[in-house]
Parts: sequence; C-alpha cells; structure tokens
Amino acid sequence: MTATRAEVCVTACAEAFRGDGEILAAGIGGAVTVLAARLARLTFEPGLLTHDGTCLLTGDVPALGEGPGDVEGWLPFREHLWLVLNGRRHVMLGASQIDRFGNTNISCIGDWARPKAQLLGVRGVPGNTRCGTTSYWIPRHSPRVFVETVDMVSGVGYDRGAHEIRVVVTDLAVLDFATPDRRMRLRSVHPGVTVGQVTAATGFDLAVPDEVPATRAPDAEELRVIREVLDPDGLRDREVPEGSRR
Amino acid sequence: MTVGIGGWGSRRKPMALVRAICRSGLRDLTVVSYGGPDVGLLCAYGKVRRVVAPFATLDSIPLEPHFRRVRQQGTIAFTEYDEGMVMFGLYAAAHRLPFLPTRAGLGSDVMRVNPELRTVRSPYEDGEELVAMPALTMDVALLHLNRADRRGNARYLGPDPYLDDLFAKAAARTYVSCERLVETADLLKEGPVQSLLISRSHVTGVVETPNGAHFTSCEPDHGRDEAFQRAYATAAGDPAAWAAFRERFLAGDETAYQSAVRAWRRKESP
Repeated sequence: MTATRAEVCVTACAEAFRGDGEILAAGIGGAVTVLAARLARLTFEPGLLTHDGTCLLTGDVPALGEGPGDVEGWLPFREHLWLVLNGRRHVMLGASQIDRFGNTNISCIGDWARPKAQLLGVRGVPGNTRCGTTSYWIPRHSPRVFVETVDMVSGVGYDRGAHEIRVVVTDLAVLDFATPDRRMRLRSVHPGVTVGQVTAATGFDLAVPDEVPATRAPDAEELRVIREVLDPDGLRDREVPEGSRR
Repeated sequence: MTVGIGGWGSRRKPMALVRAICRSGLRDLTVVSYGGPDVGLLCAYGKVRRVVAPFATLDSIPLEPHFRRVRQQGTIAFTEYDEGMVMFGLYAAAHRLPFLPTRAGLGSDVMRVNPELRTVRSPYEDGEELVAMPALTMDVALLHLNRADRRGNARYLGPDPYLDDLFAKAAARTYVSCERLVETADLLKEGPVQSLLISRSHVTGVVETPNGAHFTSCEPDHGRDEAFQRAYATAAGDPAAWAAFRERFLAGDETAYQSAVRAWRRKESP
C-alpha cells in the first residue's frame, strides 16, 4: 500500500503528539489536525485526550464528522480557556503567516490599524503559544505563508517567549526549531518532495542540514486506521489534493 | 455606552435584542463580545464606535463579512485581545477588581496594538512579569438563554454556558431574552440546578423571544440556521444585495423578521 501525500501529512501531524501522554491533543480547524490527534490516540499515544470540536471530551475515538459514542468529560469554552493556562494541552493550529522563529498571524493582512484583509482576529493564539505546546499545520507551503515578517504577531515565536513550538507540518515537509538560535529548520521532506522545492516555497532562509531524511510513511496499521476507521469519506484529500504538488 | 453581548461566535447570541438595537436610535456603542453576527449586524447598521473582541466569526463561515468590511474601511475602532484575556477582563469586572494577571498576550502584538495595556510583576520570589488585564466593566449586558422566569432567573439547556454569567456580573444592568418564559416552579423541570446560570440579582429585564437567537444556534431548542446564515453572509458581500436583505428581513419588528424568515424557508426548502 502506498500512502497518499495527505496520509503522510496526517501521520506527520500525529507524530507531533508522540510522548505527550495524558493531555488534550487539540486539533483545531479542518480535517488533518483532528485526524492527527485521533490517529495518535488510536495507535502509539493511547493516553491522549481528544475532543469533539465543541465541548465534549470523547471517551472513544469517533470518525470525522461522527459524534462520540462515549463521553468522558466536559470542556466548555471557559474550561478550554482555563486549560490553556493550566498547560495540559498540545494544540495544533493553522496560520496565515509564519516567520523563521515561529511567530504566526491569523489576525489580519497589512497594517493592523486599517488592514488590507481582516482575518479572524488573534483568537486564543497569544495565550496558546505563551502557555503551552503548539504545533502548526500549513496545508499549502508557499512564500505567502512563510514570510520574513508577519503582519501581526498573534502566536508568539521563539524570539518572543514561545513556550514550545514542537513542529510545523506542511504539505511538503516537516520543520522544527532544533537550531542553536531556534530558527526554523527543515527536519524532513515528504516522499517525492525535494529540498529545493521546500526552500523555493519558503520566503526566508531555512536552516537545511546536510542530510535531510524523508518523512516516514504511515505503517500498515496507521493506514488502516486512517482509511477504514477515522476518515472513510476521505475528507483529508480536500485539504491535500493528491497530485497537486508533484 | 458599553454593551457586552453573551454567546460565542455564531452560538446563542441575543440576536432579537441586537435587531432591536438596529431599529433604535442607539449609536456610538462600544461592544464587548466573543464576536459573531451580533457584532457584524451592529457594524452594518453603523451603531458601533469600538469593538472589544478576540475574534469575529460565523463559525461555519470563518470570517464575519460586515466586521471585515468596517475594519478594512477603517470606520470602527478595535480593541483586539486574546480569548483568555477577555475572560479575565470579565472575571476582574465581575469581582470588582481593577485587573487580573495573566500570561496570555505577553510577547504578542496584542501589546503593540493596545498601548494602554500594562504589565505587573509578581511580588513573590518568581518575579514573573504578567499582563495586567484591565476589568471589562460594562453599562449593559445582553444575553439569550433557553429558559427564564419573570424575575430574571435564567438557565441554559445546551452543552455550553459560554461566558454569559460573567457578562451578567460584569455589567451594571443585564437584559435577558429567552426562548420560553416559565414559572419559577418550572425552572428545574428540564435539567439540573447547576444549569441555572443567571440569578435575578443581576438581571434588570426579561423578554420572551422565541427563536430569538436566530440565525445562531440555541441548542437544544434549535441548531444554527446554516442556510439563512449563508444567505446573510452572501448578501453582506454586495451593497445592493445587502439593501434587499435589510428590506426583506430587517425593516420591520421582530415578529415581521420571524415571519419573513418562515416565508423564506418555505420558498427555499424543496
């Protein structure tokens, strides 16, 4: 079985939660981050807590779009905001812009005082990034997202006191900050992607090690869980269309 | 006047009360909200001087189109805070404290775009520097709950109370609209005592507005009207379409609105 790019991405995002133990794995927005948290819980990280996207902690691990069979807890917004401060949480977020230190923007494009494009607003990202572990999922790796300077720092990077930015997973690669000055580094490229493709799609100088391994492919069990248990309708392919970046 | 609005995004918003403000002569409002179409509609009607919020979203449609437009036109002021900061601002006001310390906001551009924000240093050994989130005191809070009695005791029946009780405690006066007005003796009939979220000691007025959160969700009484929300968002994108939407749905009172929505649904549904 050959994994699709979307399945490599889901597995790479799931890897972000490895070793997290009994904390909330919060995938926010879209299919891939939610799938990743559930895949990690169903395979190598069974202690994780996962939620239904609203206010229920699920006792079992439902498929995308399905409600939980069992409920093991209640997490209304106020408790979720409390949990951010408490810290027993690893969130995987999106970002409209990200820079070399992991500062991210979801607030607006252009001058904040009168933006060219108003986006969501900072939401909970300032607190998320300052208080707990954060990873990012960027479904389209491009110089418009990977910029020299973000227009509004919603999520804080390592030069601004980030708690921990574990990884940035994109449709091309896995990136981290394992450099002496905590600049973004290329950790692995997805099967079929070249290092040159990644650097060309990044709007700043990326730290690139001499040897860049390939992102690991999902194993047979992970593929079965993704395809048969968690996402039989293939919602992951909408975020990462197969063949679009070959 | 500073008005706090309960609910969250496009969930259990007191939309009938918001529509009533749109029909009124009120203006120059400062609106504190976990923003949704409440913020959008008030902006569309030119009622807002300043929005205090961590976001404005329709949830199933990520961006609130009217809020987006007034921000891009520069016609409103914006105080942009982290979600947790807003909660602490409500907590501070509810406890009559000038501020509460939090880590949320530190290092981010929330500090740059709100130059009035100050930090405070822990007097203990850790010496940590924290954001001193100022109290979000309000003149009025507007809430929509599932049930209430005539005296202003009110409860939610859905899965999430949002921050409605904090809004009530942070405001000088609170007005509650409800799906159904019940006798005090019947308040507990549909669920446990813990969901009696609002006490009459915080409430100035109560009004029964069935479907009053429309088109936002008000579980379990009704879900979000996704089709109508799409129609709202689509109309908001074009001045002529928005004028037609206003004329069709918002020109009359709440009864006229609900009746226009019912007529629209009969026509839209197959």
